[in-house]
Amino acid sequence: MPKDGIGASVKRKEDYRFITGQGAYTDDIDRPGQTFAVFVRSPHAHARIASVDTAAAAAMPGVVKILTGADYAAEGLGGLPCGWQVTGKDGPMVEPAHPPLAVDRVRHVGDQVAVVIANSAAEARDAAEAVAVAYEALPAAASIEAALAGGAAQVHDEAPGNLCYDWEIGDKADVDAAFADAHHVTRVELVNNRLVPNAMEPRAAVAEYDRATREYTLYTTSQNPHVIRLLMGAFVLQLPEHRLRVVAPDVGGGFGSKIFHYAEEAILTWASSKVARPIKWTAERAESFVTDAHGRDHVTVAELAMDRDGRFLGLKVDTKANMGAYLSTFAPCVPTYLYATLLAGQYTTPKIWCGVQAVFTHTVPVDAYRGAGRPEATFVVERIVETAAREMGIDPAELRRRNFVPSDAFPYQTPVALVYDSGNYEGTLAAALAAADYNGFAARRAEAESRGKLRGIGLSAYIEACGIAPSAVVGSLGARAGLYECGEVRVHPTGSVTFFTGTHSHGQGHETTFAQIIAERLGVDIDAVEVVHGDTSKIPFGMGTYGSRSLAVGGSALSRALDKVETKAKRIAAHLMEAAEGDIEFADGQFTVAGTDKSVGFGDVALTAYVPHNYPIEELEPGLDETAFYDPANFTFPAGCHVCEVEIDPETGAVEIASFAASDDFGNVINPMIVEGQVHGGIVQGVGQALLEGCVYDSEGQLATGSYMDYTMPRADDVPSFSVSTETTPCPHNPLGVKGCGEAGAIAAPAAVMNAVHHALSSRGVSRIDMPATPARIWQALNAA
Amino acid sequence: MHDFTYRTASSVADAAAKVAAGEDAVLMAGGMTLLPTLKQRLAQPSDVVDLGGIDSLRGIQVSGGTVTVGAMTVHDAVANSSEVAAAIPALAALAGHIGDPQVRNRGTIGGSISNNDPAADYPAGLVGLGATVCTDRREIAADDFFTGMFETALADGEIVTSVRFPAPEAAAYMKFPNPASRYAIVGVLVARTAGGVRVAVTGAASCVYRETAMEAALEGNFSPSALDGMTASADDLNEDIHASAEYRAHLVGVMARRAVAACG
Repeated sequence: MPKDGIGASVKRKEDYRFITGQGAYTDDIDRPGQTFAVFVRSPHAHARIASVDTAAAAAMPGVVKILTGADYAAEGLGGLPCGWQVTGKDGPMVEPAHPPLAVDRVRHVGDQVAVVIANSAAEARDAAEAVAVAYEALPAAASIEAALAGGAAQVHDEAPGNLCYDWEIGDKADVDAAFADAHHVTRVELVNNRLVPNAMEPRAAVAEYDRATREYTLYTTSQNPHVIRLLMGAFVLQLPEHRLRVVAPDVGGGFGSKIFHYAEEAILTWASSKVARPIKWTAERAESFVTDAHGRDHVTVAELAMDRDGRFLGLKVDTKANMGAYLSTFAPCVPTYLYATLLAGQYTTPKIWCGVQAVFTHTVPVDAYRGAGRPEATFVVERIVETAAREMGIDPAELRRRNFVPSDAFPYQTPVALVYDSGNYEGTLAAALAAADYNGFAARRAEAESRGKLRGIGLSAYIEACGIAPSAVVGSLGARAGLYECGEVRVHPTGSVTFFTGTHSHGQGHETTFAQIIAERLGVDIDAVEVVHGDTSKIPFGMGTYGSRSLAVGGSALSRALDKVETKAKRIAAHLMEAAEGDIEFADGQFTVAGTDKSVGFGDVALTAYVPHNYPIEELEPGLDETAFYDPANFTFPAGCHVCEVEIDPETGAVEIASFAASDDFGNVINPMIVEGQVHGGIVQGVGQALLEGCVYDSEGQLATGSYMDYTMPRADDVPSFSVSTETTPCPHNPLGVKGCGEAGAIAAPAAVMNAVHHALSSRGVSRIDMPATPARIWQALNAA
Repeated sequence: MHDFTYRTASSVADAAAKVAAGEDAVLMAGGMTLLPTLKQRLAQPSDVVDLGGIDSLRGIQVSGGTVTVGAMTVHDAVANSSEVAAAIPALAALAGHIGDPQVRNRGTIGGSISNNDPAADYPAGLVGLGATVCTDRREIAADDFFTGMFETALADGEIVTSVRFPAPEAAAYMKFPNPASRYAIVGVLVARTAGGVRVAVTGAASCVYRETAMEAALEGNFSPSALDGMTASADDLNEDIHASAEYRAHLVGVMARRAVAACG
């Protein structure tokens, strides 16, 4: 095995350019003759646009063009599409138009009304301030509760009561019957707080139109440039794909927020042919706060029925989910197929019902954010299981063990559609408890009490459905596209390799992980492998990176392409060694003939493939360049257990995370260091949701947390050193046996932290604290108890 | 940001002349508040007069029980001064917890107090330690310097040149930071000085103020227990999405007790 192959903690190949400031991000791209765009945005959550007067602005220095919603509408182009249709109890979801520039109404603060294009960004900004928009402010519905209240302001006329859909899964009568036999029912009310994604790099775009070739090029901060090309080309601007190139260069973090097709991308591309000059737009941070799709925002009531021994009989979950003002690209599937289908958790709960009402509000659209539905599901399941354990007087770890899907029960059909492929929940629980010294907690709590501190410990035994997605399954659930992945392995004449992948790296380390797989398989040095992603003109196709899919789906496509390369290379080697193809063996970069000492290196085979002197051209096509598409047979099911221990200062309400231990089953691991980094990052985001991050809109729909002065991002000193380990049950249905690791921390951590916080506060009679559990909230609850 | 004329100054007198000459000129010290304000287009000065080139405004002198900090001295210099740490450790500690490393290496004491943000740390340091603000025109006692939210006793164009701190017998600053901005939700500086006990509170109200009832309680008994059960009055305290007035009032008591305890 090469030293940089599968299983080695190879330092990331991409990091040299990132840590020396040589990454090339969208805002680093400057094109000759470039202009700059600034968007005029609504200061109101809800208003009628009476008029837009651009005359004064158009006369200002440096202004090249000003375009309004009326200009866009006049060309009969499309609105921003939604990629997933959810069918509710009463039929398909309400899918209102989403114009890229508002025409007669604005529906959230930040909704774009016009774009000003000028020779410099400063001139564009000056002119944007001079665009006179006459708004007639209207009442707003800025929360789920406000939007569902009688007489609420309507976000869309075609969605009465602000309801997008009312959806359910499971047989409610069946579940009610299970509750009738219950010994005990635990009920929880939960708020899954709204989050602002906050990628380090703000969104940006550069659009360019070449009049000679009639080709458009869009550089954009995207996790999935092919999807943007497809959506924007086919549905919005009606441009043919062969004349539309989308490039997502280095991207500084996405966390889901850069999956979606945004108005700015379409407007810049559209406008670039009108001004016949390149146009750049880079969001300011304040603009990101009011335009990047937000995450989470659920209100849930859940009930868990148990028998005398704590065995789960049934689970009922009623969730209201905020969609924001418009349907973002994947929004409808997040609180349904990525959420309710995970409500079995790691348990054999036989009967589950979940109803979801998706609600329009006068807020920024809500869509997938690291974990997307699965953190919300884990929070419901793990908060109610922990609460049930406390109510029943059963140790929370023991209650979980009694209800786990046993290791010998896979494949396991849950009552909510999914078939779990593999897992070892006892194993990850045991490892996490050992790492957390669970048995020593009582002594630590007593010691903390002697210092006047409240100490608590909390578990979160999570599961996620990743490797998105088996196309037939998601198609049957409303996805408007299959979710294949594509990879092309191009072996060069001297044996170096370029891998073109349809996934996209925006911090995940693909350039290293994929190179390790290739080094392992072909026996080449890792430095002889280059990974290329993010350019529709180079890569055949791709669905991008989200849903912990890159390795499980993109890596599988790579594996299939490598199979093809190996098959063909063996044929060439057989020719070179004058042996039968069936006798050729390949290991460590050497082709050998079984039972002989004949061998030929991979590099020689590669050279022969391209520049042969003596080659059976009639039988064997030259070249060594293979493409594979891979459609997964099932989701993958990473799972594990996280244990958090907190200490609370009852005088101030401040929470300190005393320790955090994670044991995760991601299947086979390619680069343990990268996996550990992904888990760390996910846990920090989960801690952020639990303790720090709370997006607050006031009743008028103004964003009260619109900057880092008020929106609390987690920082290094908010978290302890983590204990992270993995257990391995390989995924049985993909060639690498991998499951995905990118979202686990963000999925598991909030419940672990909040269970610990509730445990710590239970001695003071506090039964409910919502996220984020800020010092002020905790102090308030302690005072009220 | 809107256009403005950037001017450097070679001396305090030069700066004063340039700020007086501008139609709507402002002084810039470290720029930690001014620059974000300009970038967000919330201010449109005609001229920005940069004090950064005036070396005489920079530096720390400790002599005879007095610490004098030049107006353009950055927080990091105060935080890491062994002389300050020896004379008034509470002052070094306070400076070391302002903002983040970037802010501490750009932000200055003169800029901070002239801006008088209600949640800034230095106002509590000056009032709690009974400091004196020296300007190009006069000297102003800290008790008289901070007059209201973002308001000071400075006249138009008046330039802070240094701050003089008398070393107390004992002092400590306790801050409960806003989790997002890390400004003080409540910061309390308690000092036992030759002239009596001083308890200065920042973050809680619209301007730094002294908790006179706590000072009186501590005069007779300088121990945390002297403040048992004492909080600030919630009337007129700040209230925002991070903390209610009642919570702030409570935290004033908690931070004051902890500060007294830290005085040893």
